Amino acid sequence: MKSIRYNVQCIMLFIFTMTFASSSFAQKADRSKVPPLGEPKKLSLPAIQTFELSNGLKVVLMEKHSVPLVQMNVIVKSGVVNDPEGKSGLASMVSDMLDEGAAGKSSLELADEINFLGVKIATFSRWHKMGLNLHSPLSKFDDALKIVADILLRPDFPQKELDRIRKERLTTLLQWHDQANMIAAVTFQKMLFGENHPYGRPTMGNETSIKSFSVDDMKSFHEKYFKSNNAYVVVVGDITKDKLVPKLESVFGKWAKGDVPVVKLKDAEQVKKRVVYLIDKPGSAQSVISIGRIGTQRVTEDYFPVTVMNTILGGSFTSRLNNNLREQHGYTYGAGSSFDMRPYAGPFVARSSVQTEVTDKALVEFFKELEGITRPIPADELTRAKNYVALSYPDNFQTVAEIAANIEEMIDYNLPGDYFNSYIGKVLNVGAGDVSKVSKRYIVPDKMVVVVVGDRSKIEEGIKKLNLGEIKHYKIEEVLGKKPQL
Amino acid sequence: MKRILVVLILLCGFTIAQEKQISVPYTRVVLPNGLNVLMHEDHTVPMVSVNMWYHVGSGNEKPGRTGFAHLFEHLMFEGSKNVPEGKFDEWLEAVGGNNNGSTNTDRTNYWENAPGNALELVLFIDSDRMGYLPDVMTQEKLDGQRSVVKNERRQSYENQPYGLSWEIISKNLYPEGHPYNWTTIGSMDDLNAASLEDVIEFFNLYYAPNNASLAIAGDINIEETIKLVEKWYGEIPRGKPVPPIDPPAAKLTEEKILLYEDNVQLPRLYMSWITPAFYHPGDTEMDLIAKIFTAGKDSRLYKKLVYELQIAQDVIAFQSSNKLSSEFFIIATAKGGHALDELKNVIQEEIDKIKSEPPTERELQKVVNQTEAEFLDRLESIGGFGGKADLLNQYYFYTGNPDYFNEDLNRYKGIGTKDISAMAQTYLPGNGRVILSVVPKGKTELAVQKKEGGVK
Repeated sequence: MKSIRYNVQCIMLFIFTMTFASSSFAQKADRSKVPPLGEPKKLSLPAIQTFELSNGLKVVLMEKHSVPLVQMNVIVKSGVVNDPEGKSGLASMVSDMLDEGAAGKSSLELADEINFLGVKIATFSRWHKMGLNLHSPLSKFDDALKIVADILLRPDFPQKELDRIRKERLTTLLQWHDQANMIAAVTFQKMLFGENHPYGRPTMGNETSIKSFSVDDMKSFHEKYFKSNNAYVVVVGDITKDKLVPKLESVFGKWAKGDVPVVKLKDAEQVKKRVVYLIDKPGSAQSVISIGRIGTQRVTEDYFPVTVMNTILGGSFTSRLNNNLREQHGYTYGAGSSFDMRPYAGPFVARSSVQTEVTDKALVEFFKELEGITRPIPADELTRAKNYVALSYPDNFQTVAEIAANIEEMIDYNLPGDYFNSYIGKVLNVGAGDVSKVSKRYIVPDKMVVVVVGDRSKIEEGIKKLNLGEIKHYKIEEVLGKKPQL
Repeated sequence: MKRILVVLILLCGFTIAQEKQISVPYTRVVLPNGLNVLMHEDHTVPMVSVNMWYHVGSGNEKPGRTGFAHLFEHLMFEGSKNVPEGKFDEWLEAVGGNNNGSTNTDRTNYWENAPGNALELVLFIDSDRMGYLPDVMTQEKLDGQRSVVKNERRQSYENQPYGLSWEIISKNLYPEGHPYNWTTIGSMDDLNAASLEDVIEFFNLYYAPNNASLAIAGDINIEETIKLVEKWYGEIPRGKPVPPIDPPAAKLTEEKILLYEDNVQLPRLYMSWITPAFYHPGDTEMDLIAKIFTAGKDSRLYKKLVYELQIAQDVIAFQSSNKLSSEFFIIATAKGGHALDELKNVIQEEIDKIKSEPPTERELQKVVNQTEAEFLDRLESIGGFGGKADLLNQYYFYTGNPDYFNEDLNRYKGIGTKDISAMAQTYLPGNGRVILSVVPKGKTELAVQKKEGGVK
């Protein structure tokens, strides 16, 4: 120890001397205080232009001419929650199958055309929406549009491609058995929402449902939901409205309307007591921990207070969870928390992967922080969190893909037209009382689902002694289902 | 008062729209202490990104200290003389900024993204750790980040299926003593062995302004920025010249067939070769070969293995480019009931085919088009990993020219179909590669089997 201290002092002396010598020429840096900030600049975004095609299809455009790129997201306002009874995973399968053959072109022909253009076309499904994102150089946009229209409006759902993708999905389900994070996620949503609620089931479906999908299932799902009055288009990039309208009109102008069934979800039952679900994964180097309960829906007056509160709890690097579990204790590479806000209340979850040997100690620290967040927040910590969320907001508007995603959120939740411009002010207006209110409303530490995926033989004793509540033991197959047979 | 600038180069860039040139115009300044400063204006959003590359990576590590460069990276966030522990992140978040860093074999990078009005704060905290880190370094800080990094290793490698493959491959591709013989994360034993003396020694050797380059991109005024950089970094003394790593070029002259049993459901095959260094002749072709092999459903290996035969769940090929040499990988996971030899045989057929017969013009054009489109994406973000500030540093470090964007794109456009075959012949030999089978425990029969007589 002595020799180390000696070394450090030598270096200090060395640096001090050199500093003194060179800095006499330059403007002196005063390191005794933080340099003052200049005036912050406002984020000024181009106008959001909203219009309709001749068939009523809604289009939202933001022009951005700095790089010759165009992002186009075509959104269908139905998704995983529209899976028919017993056909869990169908929406996801339909989105996967869209580009597997369309308008008479085969899967490989489509892939070749898309890849020759060098554009990116990604089909997707989410809880309440599905569709396609096109990311294209401006020079390839016209050609890409034609392919996009075929994929969205005229998919063929070939039997042989369905068989192929079915096998891929069953194999993916098998691979989940290796992945502690996936086991934790599937268990957490299942215990939180129950299997009778769509939010409680994996979006990809299960072995039985995946094996049951037919070409007719796909076609009827597509027929039912892919209607122009159930869709909208977001375009961001190097293109003007005048140029865009005829292009979209030619590919989407005849997209038919139709009556689309609306699905209403039942509210899931909130967690009533604390239960620990311990899933045994022998030989794990770490335990994967997920703790939480049902949070809130996206449209709520609590949105900004919850965002600030979660930033303090686990939404930033300096947040309490990360600071405690990583920086203070070294139990993990990182810890955090999030609210997944959807049209209906989604999960609040606090999570981390911690070294097996300290699983019980980490759980203690988790609950310390979950309790702590419901008590008054020191003023400087609150200010830091608000500034972090508010002042970094412009960072979300650099790329065409980011901007398009932000516009989608505005449309999905019918947010006001000045949403982007009023965002910073709304965050900065959050008061200590608002945070206190929502922390007590949403963070109820003795009524939470606690999922731990790890080596039972090494962690069970320690967890028992914490008396967190009933401990329920599961094998991996009991939560994921038996390993699927192809 | 005398300006302390020694070089000032102003380059005029072309905008893409006018000349179809991809360019990121920059201003370069070199401080007397040797710090290279690269600045680029982009006023799209009122943000700025400060991006520092130290020209040191895991390749510089001493024997018995694997993982140290990365462990050191962690310590750079733990406070310096005038920035108390924890304040680096707190001060930055309080103005709406964030940060990260990463370490690879060749370099360590650090970036901070923040609103433009906080530029000086960022320069203060970043320069303070360049100048005054050891002043407040402690055993506690080292031990704390050692625990964090060991958990990073557990999370990203040990607790991941197939996660320890990289370690086995590096160790077998490169000879003992070669800087690429180990992984950046290092071994648990070596992480445990790292001492406070090591930290000070490493800092003094490598963390000097003359061994670093600083890129600043975003909503900045160049002249103001130069003044601020001088003010905050100018006082930091030049370090001793850093000895270059210059090992003999690594060459594999045998086929190594390796086996690892892991806690996994399905066997996975890793084929790997040593290939030309980043931006060196051959590197470009290997990038394109990787795309011809596995970019998209219609690519050669994906089409065969995943689409037609359906004996693989996935397949990916890529050229991992580094300063001394690169590695080319083909990785495929078998579907249930299929052994890795089946996969390997199909892959070998495709390797042989591309060696003996050039791809068609259209097939080559396809992968060049994909590459060209990716270049546009690189111009969108100023900061973070892969943003413009990071790329200025990357190009500067590897090529000497920070605005290498257009040259970089042109190197792909200049490749002919015969070049593809020639490079496949040279760099994908059967008798100079590492083949690793990762199989479920006890299922060694699924691994690639060693054969008498070897492979052609």
